[in-house]
Amino acid sequence: MLANRKLILAHFWLAFAVFGVALTLGAWQMFIRSPIGTWLSNPELYYRSLTAHGTVMGYVFPTLVAMAFGYAISESALEQRLVGVRWAWTGFWLIVIGSIMAVIPIALGRASVLYTFYPPLIGNVFYYLGVVLVVVGSWIWVALMSINLHVWRKAHPGAAVPLAMYANVAGSYLWAWTALGAALELLLQIIPVAAGLKATIDAGLARVFFSWTLHAIVYFWLMPTYIAYYTIVPRAIGGRVYSDSMARISFILFLVVAMPIGMHHTFGDPQVGAGFKFIHSAFTALVALPTLLTVFTICASVEIAARLRGGRGLFGWMRALPWDNPMMLALAFSFIMLGFGGAGGLINMSYQLDASIHNTQWITGHFHLIFGGAIVIMYFAIAYDLWPHLTGRELIDLRMIRTQLWLWFVGMMVTTFPWHWVGILGMPRRMAYFDFGDPAIAPQALSVTLSAIGGFILLTSGILFLVILARGMRTPQADAGPYRFALAVHQQATVPLALNTHALWVALMIALTLTNYGYPILTLALTEGTSVPAVFVGAQ
Amino acid sequence: MSARDLFTFHNRHFRSGVGITAAILIVTAIAGFIVLPFAQPWVQFANVWDAICSAAGVPQRAANVAAPEQTRRLSEVVLTSHTLSRPSQEAIGRGATLAQRCAICHGPTGISRADSPNLAGQYAAVIYKELHDFRSGARTNAVMSPFAVNLTDQEIADLSNYYAYLPRLPAYHPTPQLPKPNIVIYGAPMRGIAPCGSCHGALDNKTGSPWLEGQSEAYMKAQLQAFASGERRNDISQQMRNIARAMTPQEIEQAAAYYASQPPDVVKAVD
Ligand code: HEM
Ligand SMILES: [Cu+2]
Repeated sequence: MLANRKLILAHFWLAFAVFGVALTLGAWQMFIRSPIGTWLSNPELYYRSLTAHGTVMGYVFPTLVAMAFGYAISESALEQRLVGVRWAWTGFWLIVIGSIMAVIPIALGRASVLYTFYPPLIGNVFYYLGVVLVVVGSWIWVALMSINLHVWRKAHPGAAVPLAMYANVAGSYLWAWTALGAALELLLQIIPVAAGLKATIDAGLARVFFSWTLHAIVYFWLMPTYIAYYTIVPRAIGGRVYSDSMARISFILFLVVAMPIGMHHTFGDPQVGAGFKFIHSAFTALVALPTLLTVFTICASVEIAARLRGGRGLFGWMRALPWDNPMMLALAFSFIMLGFGGAGGLINMSYQLDASIHNTQWITGHFHLIFGGAIVIMYFAIAYDLWPHLTGRELIDLRMIRTQLWLWFVGMMVTTFPWHWVGILGMPRRMAYFDFGDPAIAPQALSVTLSAIGGFILLTSGILFLVILARGMRTPQADAGPYRFALAVHQQATVPLALNTHALWVALMIALTLTNYGYPILTLALTEGTSVPAVFVGAQ
Repeated sequence: MSARDLFTFHNRHFRSGVGITAAILIVTAIAGFIVLPFAQPWVQFANVWDAICSAAGVPQRAANVAAPEQTRRLSEVVLTSHTLSRPSQEAIGRGATLAQRCAICHGPTGISRADSPNLAGQYAAVIYKELHDFRSGARTNAVMSPFAVNLTDQEIADLSNYYAYLPRLPAYHPTPQLPKPNIVIYGAPMRGIAPCGSCHGALDNKTGSPWLEGQSEAYMKAQLQAFASGERRNDISQQMRNIARAMTPQEIEQAAAYYASQPPDVVKAVD
């Protein structure tokens, strides 16, 4: 039962429209700094583009996808009309206004500060206000998810919350709490300076606040993907979830340990004590656990589907899988990219190994593989799966969908493998120009060219994706029936209290944030003389 | 189902959730704050508390380690993009009077005939900083330093405002405009050199960086060489030394020749 289709479609369309624009910018960036591009002699244009690309891909696009998917889950998993539709539209319009507000100063070259803000660099105040509006809009969604679950609980006392909604609300709480770090940085530190009320800024403290957001935001991006792994894929390929409890535990673990680890982004920062860096590093190792649980559970669920279809043998069952089903294809691609990306992540995670790839192209290669690859390909899958239910029309051309997924996968491989490689060779990231005539980097020219070609493959795939969705709005009407989520092998009527509620885990998340961030933030905030003069973009 | 059934040690999920979390936190804290600090043989701690404070990043002065001796003075000027941004007419007038004694080298219109820098229309913050550095000894020059040592803060501000106010005239001996060399357009990312224009105008202006168009070629070359050798060190955080050191002698010549050949009216009107 999807009553508010317009609301959900609006979120998806806005998400994918801005995604299309940012994707084009990404392909251009890759091209313009590669040996096949002719350099335009103005790095400032590159950084404008990079700020827009990062801001859209990091903040606007995934947030809108999570919101759209969240509303869809709330209505279909709870089988209950969305409560607070007006508020939901308010949140949507805040994001529209915020995005426009942010993009104008970027386009004018007044906010080329990159999406990580880079204080003491300070851009136009409207850029930051725009980002704040986007976050506020998404907080409305967080509140609505919580309220809708609460209303449902009242009507179904003691019943097991459907897994999709349980995970969705966990993701929304994680987002609410992790976005707070960047919000504090913007409201307390950056915006007062950008508005001209102050001339100095504590860049070290700002970086710590940002690290509060920067890691767990990754898991917020990842939530829709993991929800799709557990609750869409098994149903779509005719199987069942291997274990409902295991799924809940994975989401709980993300909630608890995604937060107190962000300082692995400040390994090189002198203002943070080594003891805290160690604790954050150790907790970072723990965050691999829910992903390993997920990979195990999903592989088992897929095997169940294969055996139900008559697959046999130790590995022979794989042949029985419905490989022409786009969902199967997307899952397989996503897992391959998750595997490679995860292996790379182990390197980033450790203090010593990280030193050799810190701030190199390896990092950008890594997160494009995981985020742009493993995560975003499941966003595509979610859209394909939901589209018929949202439009009341069928997506007819499965071949085109498979082509699109293949192109994304191949494009991501061609783009990110050489990207990692040049990073290992020491090529720095966030550079607008490389002189490939210089013997020091001439050997990297081939790798960077390959990445640029991969970028255009990705762009092609992205355009195809938009075409498929647009055509899906025009096909003949067809009733897709109610939207359903996968069932577990052992579908339980009741779930232990702790696995059916979030309170305990939210409390642990907040407690660990206080233990792991409290002291560093307090000392930095209370120590005198730690501020430096702000550097204004474009000012003399 | 209520919070009371959950937040109690009778609930096994509460027990294990809180227990495991606390255990991990305690173990990592002991490792990070006690074991690992002492595992560094090159660091000495007075006691366990000392080690914990160090690992926590408590701001502290190292007790008996003398600060490295500074053989030369460093620049102590603090600039913001608002420094001297709104001069009064009187300040400019006072500056004009004071500037008479500068004219012998820097020219009566602020355009030098003697390979000294042209000051006409230079950013106020730049002149302000250099005069302060000459006065404090962070920058030295046999001819210039004696002029600067006796200036007051007020005089420095007035002089800066006056020269910033003068029109940007073409150099005394204009040369044909040269094309941009690579080092100016691109810098050299692999050597950590940003394009010159990302601080010195053209692309962006960073506070305290002068515009360079039409300056004397010999002067700019000498300054780049002085930065490269470390003879001049009043650039804050070694901003210019890091760049000059990474430049080849050829690139230094190309950059100096290029900027010397540019008319100053191409400087972006940003102020
Ligand atoms: C056509 C496909 C894409 C290409 C060719 C591309 C290319 C790039 C390039 C060249 C950079 C700048 C790296 C640097 O200068 O260090 C970048 C940054 C980034 N990209 Fe992409 N990108 C693509 C797709 C995506 C996707 C799908 C996402 C996520 C949804 C994404 C998220 C980001 C983010 C968050 C940054 C960081 C911006 C920053 O460093 O400030 N990109 N991308
Ligand atoms: Cu992280």
